[in-house]
Amino acid sequence: MSDKREIFSIKDIHVKVEGKEVVKGLSLEINRGEKHAIMGPNGSGKSSLAQALAGHPGYEITSGEAFLDGKNLFEMDATERSLAGLFLAFQYPYAIPGVTVANFLRTAIKARANGDESVLRNFRKDLMEKFELLQMDKVFATRYVNDGFSGGEKKRLEILQMAMLNPKVAILDETDSGLDIDALKIVSSGINTVASSDNAILLVTHYQRILNYVKPDKIHVMIDGKIVESGGPELAIQLEEQGYDRIKRSFDEKVGI
Amino acid sequence: MGDVLDKNKIIEIGDDYASKYGFSDPEEYFHKGARGINHEVVEMISRMKKEPDWMRKFRHKALDIFLSKPMPGWGNTKLLNEIDFESIYYYIKPIEAQGRSWDEVPEYIKNTFDKLGIPEAEKKFLAGVSAQYESEVVYHSLKEDLEKQGIIFLDMDSGLREHPDIVKKYLGTVIPAMDNKFAALNSAVWSGGSFIYVPPDVDVKIPLQAYFRINAENMGQFERTLIIADKGSRVHYIEGCTAPVYSTDSLHSAVVELIALDNAYIRYTTIQNWSKNVYNLVTKRAMAHKGATVEWVDGNLGSKFTMKYPCVYLVGEGARGEILSVAFAGEGQHQDSGAKVIHAAPNTSSRVTSKSISKASGRSSYRGLVKVYPKAEKSKVSVECDALLLDEASRSDTYPTMEIDSDNVRIEHEARVSKVAEDQLFYLMSRGLTEDEARLLIINGFIEPFTKELPMEYAVELNRLIELEMEGSVG
Repeated sequence: MSDKREIFSIKDIHVKVEGKEVVKGLSLEINRGEKHAIMGPNGSGKSSLAQALAGHPGYEITSGEAFLDGKNLFEMDATERSLAGLFLAFQYPYAIPGVTVANFLRTAIKARANGDESVLRNFRKDLMEKFELLQMDKVFATRYVNDGFSGGEKKRLEILQMAMLNPKVAILDETDSGLDIDALKIVSSGINTVASSDNAILLVTHYQRILNYVKPDKIHVMIDGKIVESGGPELAIQLEEQGYDRIKRSFDEKVGI
Repeated sequence: MGDVLDKNKIIEIGDDYASKYGFSDPEEYFHKGARGINHEVVEMISRMKKEPDWMRKFRHKALDIFLSKPMPGWGNTKLLNEIDFESIYYYIKPIEAQGRSWDEVPEYIKNTFDKLGIPEAEKKFLAGVSAQYESEVVYHSLKEDLEKQGIIFLDMDSGLREHPDIVKKYLGTVIPAMDNKFAALNSAVWSGGSFIYVPPDVDVKIPLQAYFRINAENMGQFERTLIIADKGSRVHYIEGCTAPVYSTDSLHSAVVELIALDNAYIRYTTIQNWSKNVYNLVTKRAMAHKGATVEWVDGNLGSKFTMKYPCVYLVGEGARGEILSVAFAGEGQHQDSGAKVIHAAPNTSSRVTSKSISKASGRSSYRGLVKVYPKAEKSKVSVECDALLLDEASRSDTYPTMEIDSDNVRIEHEARVSKVAEDQLFYLMSRGLTEDEARLLIINGFIEPFTKELPMEYAVELNRLIELEMEGSVG
């Protein structure tokens, strides 16, 4: 059913957290080379969707399916999904005290090559390039992962990890939140550098702001666990002007609340 | 930066613990005494070693103290009372004379050292190797440049023979036999250990290393180490231990005395990995005189039951003590470790950092004492205890004691117990690490403040040992 261009598809998935349904039948198809954005107000289930897709054990997928480049996502655990090419940039990345950024990334890259050390031949050079791309001081290589990082530094590190791991599909969960305008530009340029005709990016965001720098092909509005409207880039501008209320009202009317 | 990048990397190794650490040689000893402890055994040990009369008396007196002292009434008394002193060999001499060169060392002992990787380590940067096999040091080398600087690095028996005046002056001054039951036992039957003297203002640029190893079933190992750093000198001593797996219990009861004279610096690094039936009851204490610094870096893996509380007496103004320790308690193990610092002079400072990991019903305890005497004004104390529990069945206890008898003192104390968070694991797994790899990386990070203080090869070895301990622990 999927043509060759399709790299990521979600079919009618439902997600429960602590017994409560937070994603209520959501479908999405993304082709190679495309950038999509899921926008929605707080509590719409955006982040739950992102966590569930990446395989967080606390998020139970009760029905539906998802395919990454032809592979059944829900037959894989978080590790296998990552190795299959999925990447999640966390909204709130975790600190790993005592583990340096460089060591962490070496371990992650080696994991992708079944422990083959030869993939690390250009590691140092690649890492330094990515530090430049994200305008991060190289001293971060020897700092402990997210330990004592500012919000903005954490977000940059997420995108740096994405750039190093070169995923097929990257889900970026609120990567723009907590960034000042300069940092937003740097992070966006990092995302644009990684984006290619072979991969796909799914931005999850509350605000339209980042979409000025990372231009999406499609925008989906998510409310109460569902996509209620999809459209082109113009939808984001409309949302920015009118807020979610317009869509929310029409959605509420539809479901009869 | 290479070091920083490599230090924590995950090493791919198989389930080779038994072949790597569980080997044992046929017991071909020149002399194996009878089991049990009494004055005849002590007399025999002293006679065989051709010791001076004062040492013979020192041993007998210590034995009286040992016999009269009751078992400690604190700690894990149940385990302590399981020790059967009458079933232990107190002295075994593997070959008649000490091997003077590597060529003279018997082949089976060489094999043991090969498995431990000692010759390779020496090739890299060893200054001198003093490897203790059973009770007698069989191989001991000392690089010429050290000798030229007047540095003495010998096994303790040779130290007593060749430098009786220094030994008599200092031995037992930091830890007298009266100190505790196990210090008394060691004083009575000690054999081997290291003796180091560094002359004034000499900086020993490369760490001095020794390997210790228990091989015979049911034999005690009672090494005695004495390090004296004369005024303004600097030395780093490293010992690492492995022991093969046996079914009945072995006793390891060492005494380590360090003396840092004015403005001297001593660091003493231990990584021990005793087999899981060994009782490891060790007394370690240092005297830091005016302006001197003593650092204990102490890693405890393995053993059935460890009681070890490295101690620094800060007896001179401006002296500094640091105790950095890691303990790993697995199934059936109890690591009761900690630190003691006595501030007895003004402007002294101490820092204690204790890290423990418990898994599969293992138990780790931190037991600490900080005492500040009235005259130790303007002193600084910092104590930090971090426990990591890997499952619900494991246990961690903290028994900190602070006796502060001076007003003008700055004290910091922190204690934390944590678990590996599911979210941390998920974060790492979402980058392609397996759950086991993720957990191991988090653990390696947890002990990083310790491993970063180790020479590279020891840091790698420690991470490797922990990886072995972790294998199969995750379902």
